Amino acid sequence: MTITINSAVKATLYIAFVFSTSVAKAQAPALADAAGSYRIASSSSIQFSVGQVGGGGGIAGRFAKFSGGFRIDGANIERSSVEFTLYPESVRASERRVEDFLRSSAVFDAANFQTVTFRSTRVRQTGPATATVEGALTARGKTRKERFAVTLTDWNRRSISFTIRGSIRRSPYGMDVGTPIYSNVVEFNMRITGQRR
Amino acid sequence: MLRNSETGFGWVTIVLHWTIGLLILGLLLLGFIMRRTGIDPALQFALYQWHKSFGFAALGLALIRTIWWLVERTPSPPASVSPLERKAARLTHDTLIVLGIVVPFTGWAVASASTLNIPSFFFNMIVIPHLPLARSETSENFWTFAHALLAYVALAMVAIHAAAALYHHFKRGDEVLTRMLHPAVGVSSGGRSARKRHDAAVGGNDR
Ligand code: HEM
Repeated sequence: MTITINSAVKATLYIAFVFSTSVAKAQAPALADAAGSYRIASSSSIQFSVGQVGGGGGIAGRFAKFSGGFRIDGANIERSSVEFTLYPESVRASERRVEDFLRSSAVFDAANFQTVTFRSTRVRQTGPATATVEGALTARGKTRKERFAVTLTDWNRRSISFTIRGSIRRSPYGMDVGTPIYSNVVEFNMRITGQRR
Repeated sequence: MLRNSETGFGWVTIVLHWTIGLLILGLLLLGFIMRRTGIDPALQFALYQWHKSFGFAALGLALIRTIWWLVERTPSPPASVSPLERKAARLTHDTLIVLGIVVPFTGWAVASASTLNIPSFFFNMIVIPHLPLARSETSENFWTFAHALLAYVALAMVAIHAAAALYHHFKRGDEVLTRMLHPAVGVSSGGRSARKRHDAAVGGNDR
């Protein structure tokens, strides 16, 4: 059931996107229209990459399992909020050895810390379709303030999509294994679709 | 003193010999430990990188050692060493020279063929490029096997080599081991008495 809804939404979004991009960049909806509560759809994607010394390759991966939601405040966008959970056990990378290493005590320690969470504390609009979201990121039992850049890419009555980018330093979370061969900075690149609740 | 003489080794040979020897034994131990499962994964990653850095250092020194071995004369064995022993020694030394180069090259091949594509960052200072090998699981497994096999063959050769040196020192009482510890001062291939006389002479000059 959810799958059919998801794919239908995905198809709709895709068609909408194809039509809209050729005409203009996705225009910001009137806030009153976009206001509401959304559930993060499983069609969203959470990708990350870590550069390596000498260029080339690096580590790239994604998380298959995550959940969360956000609320867009119609009266004041800056009062909007987002909360997000991802499950490091579901990490996917180029090969099994890399996935096992990422799950291990060297990186996410998924056996002891099942989730990585983000809870926004501040939203600031930076342009007609852009915003920065600041919040508390918790990984491996450590919580720190992090910031992500959000760009609206698509929306309709039932759903809304963003790309979200952030550069997170991993050493403060006790995940600095492999530096300086691998960069201390993890680049997150997410495409988040919210479905109206 | 730096160069070999007809009867003994100079400092260049001696320093290279012991540095490479220590490196190879250390790398064997490191290689063995880092491959054990159940080891902390972060530690394991670090050990692999140390192994690669020290391995490259060993390769560099082994190349210098080989060139030195080719261009510099090799002192003739003490007179007490029989022709058969000379042949055996020669074979062991040749094998060790070759393995000193081939073993690190196969290790380099492992790092290069591995689908993990982990850069070799020599002591976190310079990136050493991969060998031009196709990256695949099959290739990686082949080179891993070759590297392990040849490394343990090298260990066996080192053991034979060291046992022979100790045998010469403690059972035969000849110069085979001691002349790799410090350069011979004299020109003659005399036994212990000759060495004693030289040591005394050197001591006298010091004052
Ligand atoms: C004289 C030099 C070297 C010696 C004696 C040596 C010895 C060893 C030994 C004993 C092992 C463990 C084999 C096993 O039990 O499976 C090993 C593994 C390994 N060595 Fe070396 N090594 C040397 C140089 C190098 C170099 C220069 C590199 C790379 C740049 C290297 C890369 C590796 C790698 C990647 C492994 C692990 C293979 C795997 O886990 O798949 N080694 N080495």
